[in-house]
Amino acid sequence: MNDAAIVLAARGISRAFPGVQALDGAELTLRVGEVHALMGQNGAGKSTLIKVLTGLYAPDAGRIELSGNPVTPRSPLHAQELGISAVHQESHLLPNLSVAENICAGRYPRRPWSRGGGIDWAETRRRARELLAGLGIDLDVDQLAGGLPAALQQLATVARAVSTDARVLILDEPTSSLDADEVKALFTLIRRLRERGVAILFVTHFLDQVYEICDRMTVLRNGRFVGEYACGKLDARGLVAAMVGRELAETPVVAHAPAADSQAPAVLTAKNLARRGALKPMDLELRAGEVLGLAGLLGSGRTELARLLFALDPRDSGELSADGVAVSLDKPSDALELGLGFCPEDRKQSGIVAELSVRENIVLALQARMGLGKFLDAAAQRELAGKMVSALGIKTASIETPIGQLSGGNQQKAIIARWLATHPRVLILDEPTRGIDIAAKQELMNEILELAAKGTAVLFISAEIGEVVRVSDRILVLRDRAKAGELPGGADEDAVYAMIAGS
Amino acid sequence: MRRLTQHALFWPAFTLLLLLGACAVFNPSFLRISWHDGHLYGNLIDILNRAAPLIVVSLGMTLVIAVRGLDISVGAVVALSATVAAMLVGGGFDAEGMVASEHPLWVALGAALAVAAACGLWNGLLVVKAGMQPIVATLILMVAGRGIAQLLTGGQIITVYYPPYFVLGNGFLAGLPLALWVAAATWGLLHLLTTRSALGLFIRAIGGNPEAARVAGVRASAISLCVYTFCGLAAGIAGLILSSNVKSADANSAGQLLELDAILAVTLGGTALTGGRFTLAGTILGALIIQTLTSMIYSLGVPTEVNLVVKALLVFAVMLLQSAEFRALVMRVARGGAAQREGAR
Repeated sequence: MNDAAIVLAARGISRAFPGVQALDGAELTLRVGEVHALMGQNGAGKSTLIKVLTGLYAPDAGRIELSGNPVTPRSPLHAQELGISAVHQESHLLPNLSVAENICAGRYPRRPWSRGGGIDWAETRRRARELLAGLGIDLDVDQLAGGLPAALQQLATVARAVSTDARVLILDEPTSSLDADEVKALFTLIRRLRERGVAILFVTHFLDQVYEICDRMTVLRNGRFVGEYACGKLDARGLVAAMVGRELAETPVVAHAPAADSQAPAVLTAKNLARRGALKPMDLELRAGEVLGLAGLLGSGRTELARLLFALDPRDSGELSADGVAVSLDKPSDALELGLGFCPEDRKQSGIVAELSVRENIVLALQARMGLGKFLDAAAQRELAGKMVSALGIKTASIETPIGQLSGGNQQKAIIARWLATHPRVLILDEPTRGIDIAAKQELMNEILELAAKGTAVLFISAEIGEVVRVSDRILVLRDRAKAGELPGGADEDAVYAMIAGS
Repeated sequence: MRRLTQHALFWPAFTLLLLLGACAVFNPSFLRISWHDGHLYGNLIDILNRAAPLIVVSLGMTLVIAVRGLDISVGAVVALSATVAAMLVGGGFDAEGMVASEHPLWVALGAALAVAAACGLWNGLLVVKAGMQPIVATLILMVAGRGIAQLLTGGQIITVYYPPYFVLGNGFLAGLPLALWVAAATWGLLHLLTTRSALGLFIRAIGGNPEAARVAGVRASAISLCVYTFCGLAAGIAGLILSSNVKSADANSAGQLLELDAILAVTLGGTALTGGRFTLAGTILGALIIQTLTSMIYSLGVPTEVNLVVKALLVFAVMLLQSAEFRALVMRVARGGAAQREGAR
């Protein structure tokens, strides 16, 4: 590959935050018409690098060249003008505007003054339609963006990003909330853009997607450049090794023999648990020291079941009993009192309190359980938070750092620490491994198994069947908001898929 | 120095000192404090005394704002509590020609505070249980509260003739005005509750992310209800102080626009209107800034008709001074100017 084909080159990019060197001489080279994966664990510096490229952060050192000319993006808008567009994890369409309005937002075509000035709406719609048609996206431009499914919103966001004649398109975790078909549609779009010569930087945690769509990859570790590889030259094992920095790519998961026929007592039992539009009547039993895995597609009722158990949503029917005794469980604070814990799926919205410190976030549930009267004083809070931070290996400058400044995986660990601090008898984990890197995932799964070994009943929900199979003693499969069947832990992944598919 | 200017309370404190300094420049005797008949006298004491009702209301408002709420009914609740107390105390002469109240003082004060707390609870129920926007929910009582008070009094000013009622707003304890002690006690109570119990953590969590707080098992609704109720109670206390001070209750004008002063005090003190982190001490500084402004305008002899405009201009200046963005802009311009002069040489 000759140098003429290089669109974007970032050399020696460094950026420090209080207590953390987020980037330390990072390198990145994007060439015309390639899909380039940016790989690294949580906290490797991927997000920071993207923010430097899109002008959100100014680098402390290093230079960026676009087609050989040095540039310094000052803001996302400026970066866009330079030809660098980015699409972030959660799509950012304005829900109350139409697709056409969203696509042209900020650059509406104007009518000439001779015709009264103002925005030319007909032209707006025409441009949007033309753009979508050119990209092969079948979408009514007059629809409100908020009414579209997540996947179509994602496609429209990508379309908007490239409509500015972007030469570089950055996709930050674009697939994390899409299902398999939707990912396929997105990849078709990405391939089309690649043919047009756009250089695409693709950030994801899904290794299979990297190998499916990418041509090359750049690996970062602890803010440093590890290397650039052609996808054909480095297999998944090698890639993981490069990301984690040790030969041992697959950390051995704690030996785990599924308890086939557990005689352990039921800690929490639900009979006829149901809620209209969320879950059809279902029975459920969580036993001490057992991991119950929940498998099913998005919308199969996984999260809904978890929310009903923790009384986050009111149930229409269902009797719950703890240790065989009927209990009233009508609000989350009841659940907490019964010794339940719940790590929600959307960390930002219902997990962390971003502006509060890591310490405050960790002690929150325990303090809520103890109530207003019994107060964990400052020293006790610091001791507990410090212990949790080191036990779970949470990477943070200090326990007083606002949790919003931590990387996603570390936030997730802190939320789990919040529940571990309450010594829960039942812990519900909804997609605890979403958006965190492989090494952290494995640590987390070991953590879960250890917890179960100590007698906690764990309800483990994950979209990744491999994970469910690996940690579960029993696997409950959901389909169409109802129980499809149950499989023993360690069952064949294909068997789980077959049951999910209903064949 | 840098650490000092970055302290959360630096700018409110700096602003207050600046205003007091300005007062001293215009009126050299402004800062003088003297001792008469076992009491402290002086402009400073006067400011503290007059700021007391605002401090009490603003402290309640701080917690409401911290849980992402707002209470614009506090002025009306002040009027209602003042009216209830004044009507129940009333006053006249008993059979022996002694001054007497219509109902025992404690009944009158207790009833006024109970009504005020009920107002707060009502606001809380509308916001927490009925899911109304705080500003709309409390708007109802802002209008209705004063209306009910006027209905009770038939539009008349109620005058109280029972001297023990005057103590709260005019009395002294250990040389300082009693009202100031009430404000200090309110602060002390809230300070202890928010630092020595989990209340502070819960309020910050609810304000920071209500959904996350609920998922973590915090009884968010119950705590918000209590906070609104307390805010009503605080307005009730302020109503008692104010009506005791003027020995009457005017349903029409008591506590008028107090809600805006209270919100301003909270903001000046450094609590964000978006909820989450809050500072009680900052709110007290904010309330003192507002009262100092008012006293300053009086002591400067500003004509009544331009009073409001002058106050608005001063508030504007104070807000600019407290805005980090504005200070950065000033620094940039100043530095740019200096650099240009260097270049010209």
